[in-house]
Amino acid sequence: MPPWRDVRVLRIIAQIAAVLVVLAIGLVLWGNLTTSMARSQLSFGLGFLDSVAGFEIAESPIPYRATDTYGRALLVGLLNTLLVSLVGIVLATVLGVLVGVARLSGNWLVNRVAAGYVEVMRNTPLLVQLVLIYAVFLQLPGTTNSIALPGSIFLNQRGLFVPRPEIEAALGPWLTFVAAAIVVAVGARIVSSRRSAAGRTTRGIGLIGLAALVVLPVVGGLVVGAPVGLELPVLERFNFVGGLALSPEFTALLVGLVVYTAAFIGEVVRGGVQAVRRGQVEAALALGLTPSQTLRLIVFPQAMRVIVPPLTSQYLNLAKNSSLAVVIGYPELFNVSRTAASQTGQPISVIVIVMAAYLTISLGTSLLMNIYNRRVQILEQ
Amino acid sequence: MSTEQLAPPVASLGPAGWMRKNLFSTWYDALLTVVLGSVLTLAVFRVAEWSLTEARWGVVTANFRLFLIGTYPVDDAWRIWMSMTILSVFAGVSAAIYGGGAIRTLSAWLAAGQALLGGLALVSGMGPAVAGALLLNATAVGIAFMAGLRRPVSRRTLSLAWLASVPVSVVLLYGIGGPALPIVGTNLWGGLLLTFVLAIVGIVLSFPFGVLLALGRRSDLPVVRTLSTAYIELIRGVPLVTILFMASIMLPLLLPGDIRIDQVIRAMAGITLFSAAYVAENVRGGLQAIPSGQIEAAHALGLSTIQRNLYIILPQALRAVIPANVGLFISLLKDTTLVTIIGLLDVLGIGRAVLAQAQWFGAHMEVYLFIAAIFFVMCYTMSQASYRLEAALGVGKR
Repeated sequence: MPPWRDVRVLRIIAQIAAVLVVLAIGLVLWGNLTTSMARSQLSFGLGFLDSVAGFEIAESPIPYRATDTYGRALLVGLLNTLLVSLVGIVLATVLGVLVGVARLSGNWLVNRVAAGYVEVMRNTPLLVQLVLIYAVFLQLPGTTNSIALPGSIFLNQRGLFVPRPEIEAALGPWLTFVAAAIVVAVGARIVSSRRSAAGRTTRGIGLIGLAALVVLPVVGGLVVGAPVGLELPVLERFNFVGGLALSPEFTALLVGLVVYTAAFIGEVVRGGVQAVRRGQVEAALALGLTPSQTLRLIVFPQAMRVIVPPLTSQYLNLAKNSSLAVVIGYPELFNVSRTAASQTGQPISVIVIVMAAYLTISLGTSLLMNIYNRRVQILEQ
Repeated sequence: MSTEQLAPPVASLGPAGWMRKNLFSTWYDALLTVVLGSVLTLAVFRVAEWSLTEARWGVVTANFRLFLIGTYPVDDAWRIWMSMTILSVFAGVSAAIYGGGAIRTLSAWLAAGQALLGGLALVSGMGPAVAGALLLNATAVGIAFMAGLRRPVSRRTLSLAWLASVPVSVVLLYGIGGPALPIVGTNLWGGLLLTFVLAIVGIVLSFPFGVLLALGRRSDLPVVRTLSTAYIELIRGVPLVTILFMASIMLPLLLPGDIRIDQVIRAMAGITLFSAAYVAENVRGGLQAIPSGQIEAAHALGLSTIQRNLYIILPQALRAVIPANVGLFISLLKDTTLVTIIGLLDVLGIGRAVLAQAQWFGAHMEVYLFIAAIFFVMCYTMSQASYRLEAALGVGKR
């Protein structure tokens, strides 16, 4: 066979050609880039990371001053992104599950309200929702007329003020009670599975474990004192003192991301539960499982298998969507990087760093969720 | 022997029975209904009160032209309405030729939407000419539909007409110079016009790239597969804003020095690069849904790789991913609001510019609710149409 008819040779040639085409395009673009950058006096390089940033950042989880470096400023942005994403993911999951359950509810009103919520959220741009929520925030009453919510939570123009959990001295002794509770619960579990394997009744043993988990920590709290205290926000003359103050930007972004993503998560949850065949539930009940066992042992594991992959992409969307905070001024990664890009004269280096950071977050999250997904999927075999 | 199944007896519950079953079946159900019902009623009353008495809707009507077409020259605005007429006529004819419910729904909404905008134009003082043009377009959908029913054209002609409408619309909107069609630079495009142009250009241009990337990702050549996968995962791993930002900074630098491109073109390029990765993933789903027997049969018939893709695989795969791509178009339409961040005056950008006027200080709620309502109507309609399309194509039933 002549080499030009040999599939193996052709395959190699095709791949070399593909690489060459990509390289050629890359080289042309690179050539243009370097010439135009030289002309407009831009440069590459990471040297700017060590120079003084010179701009303030409104909120930061770590100490930051205008005299700190660009590197630290970007780190603050990254931490803010991670903070709002993590809190957002937790809250969106809780709300999303609620929405999904409401969508499955037999109560017509609950069902319709949830459906309306989902449609409104899914069919309007998140960016518009964010600016709308922020606008609502700015129309709230001032500090002295704060809206008081149950549980010492106050809402006003300057933000959301919530109690802050504080670790008390009693935490150490209290943890020994918790440890004891865990030991009892695990013991009960082992006994229960042994008896079950031996074909004897396990009735009541699970209850003992559960009771230990609830009762022992409560007793511990009563004996040694509360392990975690709450520092309440208190209105002094001009502002709230104590507690945890969340800025309007952070709160608006968090609320926006949570209510938006929860609509999608709700649909994911509903789809997952509906994907479990009706016969599975009927079979479980026929086998004599209780409704709660059916839910826990039959419906939940099968639904999780359907839910996890789309849930992952919703989490990733939430993290990526946090970059929209730039319109309401929350200093997350993209916002900080935009300031840095315009100040340093090295916009390309900055934006590449930022994209790499987002990519790392995305790939890291999908990696973790893939591992979890594989564990869930194994149940199928 | 066949047993005839009897339908279950019709439950004659009546309104009271229906309420007992669906609203008050248990005590906590009843509690939920009462609490939710009262909260909802209160909220509806409060919102109605606000929008009827306090809200300054004048901010919308006074700036309606801006919301609709941005700073597109008034004297040339007829070119926009004209390209809408082309769209309306073709949509009407398509609704007649393709009997599917989805296209008919979309066409009906195109007519209704234009009628609504025409009505708003009349109220907002954009002049009876604009209102008349929009109302005429709305009727054009209906007339074209009737004409299409009476004298059907072939699907081939219709597809060619749709293809031809693209350059015609571009020429109409952008112009070719000269007194008849002076050039209207894209920097003057704005409002809903820009929102639509960005979304449509994004989905149309990204489609071929997306198909190629999807084929590349499923290729058995490792290098091609790696390159395609890397591109797709890279784009999907970063937010759209960063890509838009990158495009707005990098594109001028990447081109040879004598070519200048303005922000709108840069945004289009960014959106296209972004959505290509998502189209690719949709198409990949369609490719995976093709039974392997089809590919084996193509092999057995001696078709080449190119023939196999063109005649066997792609026609089936692309058909299967139409609903998913409608979904993608919807999210793209919503995502075009992000160009506000790089300083373009799409419908949200116009809204923010309007709010910067001292006269309309503080009318945030009105402006943003109006924009949200526009998007809701458009996206909800399209998503409903896509469900019907999905049902018609039988995609979900595999």
